[in-house]
Amino acid sequence: MDDPATMPRAPLGLPLPHDSATLHVTGEALYVDDLPEPPGLLHAVLALSPEAHAEILALDLDPALTLLGDNGLAVTARDIPGINDVGPMSGPEPILADGIVAYVGQPIAAVAAPELARARAAARAVRATYRRREAVLDIPAAMARAQYVCPPHRMTRGDAAAAIAAAPRRLSGTFAIGGQDHFYLEGQVAMALPQEDGGVRILSSTQHPSEVQKMVARVLGLPEAAVTCEVRRMGGGFGGKETQPAIFAAIAALLARRAGRPVKLRLDRDDDMTITGKRHDFHVRWSAGFDTEGRLHGVEMELAARAGHDADLSPAIVDRAMFHALNCYRAPAVSVAGYACRTNTQSNTAFRGFGGPQGMLAAEEMIDAIARDLAIDPIELRRRNLLVPGDATHYGQRIEHMALPRIFDALLDGVGYASRRAEIDAANDGPGFIRRGLGFAPVMFGISFTATAYNQAGALVHLYTDGSVLLNHGGTEMGQGLYRKVAQVVAAELGVPPGRVRLAATSTDKVPNTSATAASSGSDLNGAAAADACRKIRSRLADFAARAHGGAPDEIVFADGHVRGPSWSFDLATLATQAYRARVQLWDSGFYATPRIHYDRARNTGHPFYYYAFGAALCEAAIDILTGESRILRADLLHDVGRSINPAIDLGQVEGGFIQGLGWLTSEELVFDRDGRLRTHSPATYKIPTARDLPPDFRVRLLEGADNPVATIHRSKAVGEPPLMLANAAWLAIKDACAAAAGTRHVRLDAPATPEAILRACGRLPAR
Amino acid sequence: MSKIHVSAVVNGEPIEYLCDPAHTLLDVLRDQLGLTGSKEGCGSGDCGACSVTIDGRLTCACLVLGAEVDGMSIGTIEGLAQGDQLHPLQKKFVEMAALQCGVCTPGVLVAAKALLDRNPDPSETEVRYWLAGNLCRCTGYDKIIRAVLDVAADMKETAR
Repeated sequence: MDDPATMPRAPLGLPLPHDSATLHVTGEALYVDDLPEPPGLLHAVLALSPEAHAEILALDLDPALTLLGDNGLAVTARDIPGINDVGPMSGPEPILADGIVAYVGQPIAAVAAPELARARAAARAVRATYRRREAVLDIPAAMARAQYVCPPHRMTRGDAAAAIAAAPRRLSGTFAIGGQDHFYLEGQVAMALPQEDGGVRILSSTQHPSEVQKMVARVLGLPEAAVTCEVRRMGGGFGGKETQPAIFAAIAALLARRAGRPVKLRLDRDDDMTITGKRHDFHVRWSAGFDTEGRLHGVEMELAARAGHDADLSPAIVDRAMFHALNCYRAPAVSVAGYACRTNTQSNTAFRGFGGPQGMLAAEEMIDAIARDLAIDPIELRRRNLLVPGDATHYGQRIEHMALPRIFDALLDGVGYASRRAEIDAANDGPGFIRRGLGFAPVMFGISFTATAYNQAGALVHLYTDGSVLLNHGGTEMGQGLYRKVAQVVAAELGVPPGRVRLAATSTDKVPNTSATAASSGSDLNGAAAADACRKIRSRLADFAARAHGGAPDEIVFADGHVRGPSWSFDLATLATQAYRARVQLWDSGFYATPRIHYDRARNTGHPFYYYAFGAALCEAAIDILTGESRILRADLLHDVGRSINPAIDLGQVEGGFIQGLGWLTSEELVFDRDGRLRTHSPATYKIPTARDLPPDFRVRLLEGADNPVATIHRSKAVGEPPLMLANAAWLAIKDACAAAAGTRHVRLDAPATPEAILRACGRLPAR
Repeated sequence: MSKIHVSAVVNGEPIEYLCDPAHTLLDVLRDQLGLTGSKEGCGSGDCGACSVTIDGRLTCACLVLGAEVDGMSIGTIEGLAQGDQLHPLQKKFVEMAALQCGVCTPGVLVAAKALLDRNPDPSETEVRYWLAGNLCRCTGYDKIIRAVLDVAADMKETAR
């Protein structure tokens, strides 16, 4: 598809506002919890396990039922008519604990009442008695017991151990990477509406309506066709609404079915953070062999992730961490091992980058340590180790295009790297309690779901006889601007002003069997599917117009709301009306499956990624060696979005992704107590970045003139996840400042770089 | 439990409601008055998604009881635009893409207006510190800060 020379343009490339921008600023945009409440609505609340791992000996609902009164109800796992399993990859993964609780916060029962306050009181009144089992809470404990949610996996190329042993120099290290709560501003919410024919309609805040539909059907024992899931918009997703919403939609549906009334289940912030899975924390061990020029000869890496109590998407997340464990660097011999540790904590899940950020941070830590060991400039060392076209990655994908040398040059042009380095080093040698550092990090992020089957999408486009257009597709809008971008594609394909394209809520009864809006793939997949539908409509209209008015179909132009032939022109409404009268179909479906991709996991070969998204960042940090506080003083980012469909939206993704990554690596700390309780379950204790944390000097650019070399929709590139990893540069800058403070070449800085972690790295607090 | 009668002014309109003594102002706005622009992001006064003004003072509606505002004047996001005419802050947020998912946006706008009402010419640091009580998980804040500063500059220009 898409020969750049013949591609339609307007309104592609225009920085149009988010499709709901006006509704957002007036407060009129409706999220699930804002919708008018249907008559008879019950509000649901969950009763949660206080135990990390225990048998449920008895569950007493009577005190709760007394509080609930005649109009309320309570359900447990025993009330599930279908299968108590919403596991996306393996199972069973129960929505309500059945006999055993496996983490603090696991739902054990659900209650519903007409008044939310009554339901809350009843949920607190649910009584259970437990017999405790041993709880395994963290990665070291699970590794010691070899307790995993899936078999450990290894990606091997060459003989890494031999290459390291034979290399002129060797270095190894270990460090810990923290998890991250999604902290979408709109928490998990679902409303279930029983339908007249025994079916159920679900309004959910989900990135994956098809999975919500499938899981609700499975839990209720209904055919999928009896369940519809609709989502107009989410208040943020970030991966936290890929699998998790199925739990809450299924519980709401279960209650609604038993009550015969609509039920809304909206988690408050504390329950949301206590119940739902997060970004995986990792423990990393690495060992590298290299020459005196710093070129890698061999790398061994061990990536151990806290998966939580069940698998969810952890096997695929650990795989992606392994794919990115060398980031953009070449090594002839590599062995990467991945472990998804089963622990008695929340079941960790997708989060922007899907394991990639942790793998990539491990690579950057290794490269940084080698640069320090050899006293080679870290940017120069990175250049020496970059993959070049023709290389194969450690998972066997042949590199075809490599934008990083160009990005390095463009980013570093004019930022005064050498002079700032010298000035910082001189200042760090002087007196005072502030130490500064520089950090540079490239990003090479593989685009495609690594489960090949998910790389498909559908769309449904209706042209009406007045020339207006209704667009449905399988992607969901979570703030990232997908609806706007796909609408721009449709407007360009049909040659209409963007205002002519109206967006319908994503719904499983319009476009079925969709993939999650995830893996940064939303506009690649859904944009291409929508274009396919438009091209079918355009082709039929062109055939009709050629027959009716003269000319050849391929010389008819659709632009500016008009259709023009060699000797005639009509506005689209007129032509659409003529075509309708001539019984020409004015609507169509579209489909897209990403070409070329395949991966043989057992043999570690293939082409799992259609292409890569690239970027790089340079950050300057300051730390206070008395308090451990840190600040990012300046950040320069350059990111490759291909030929942008909407540069304002893409820039927003780059900026927002970086700041979210900065939070992950600095202030956001998940603290569990020894009983497995998450103690940071509200913004009072869990600190995401604020307007004060944005670097005072923040310079963000998109790479210019960078059409995607592979044939994506209008040569754009995916942008959702990759910029998050630009924040690795901020962590490296803080680490650089810590090394200056410690006065040693090597420091161990665990992520997040909290004040405590920074003081430990500086040698001013004892190591853990 | 007996309900409490409250008379207040919301976005310039006098209103009366009967309030459950346990309900917050946010509950009243959203569930009784149908003003769902104010959002519950945390329910503990930490995120700012429910920012409103009470007699001109910026407040989290989740931290105030509905019964407490008797005789007071409440400003919410729904009162920012004059009919179809968006407030300059609203226009600028749309133009400059200073929003993504939109859940924090109403609170940020109410807070930004409260800032400009008291200080029409804030420094960038003042804007950052003032808005630090409004969490945004999507944008990274840069466009929000730029938009507020731009509106302040436009207002200065107009006042001249």
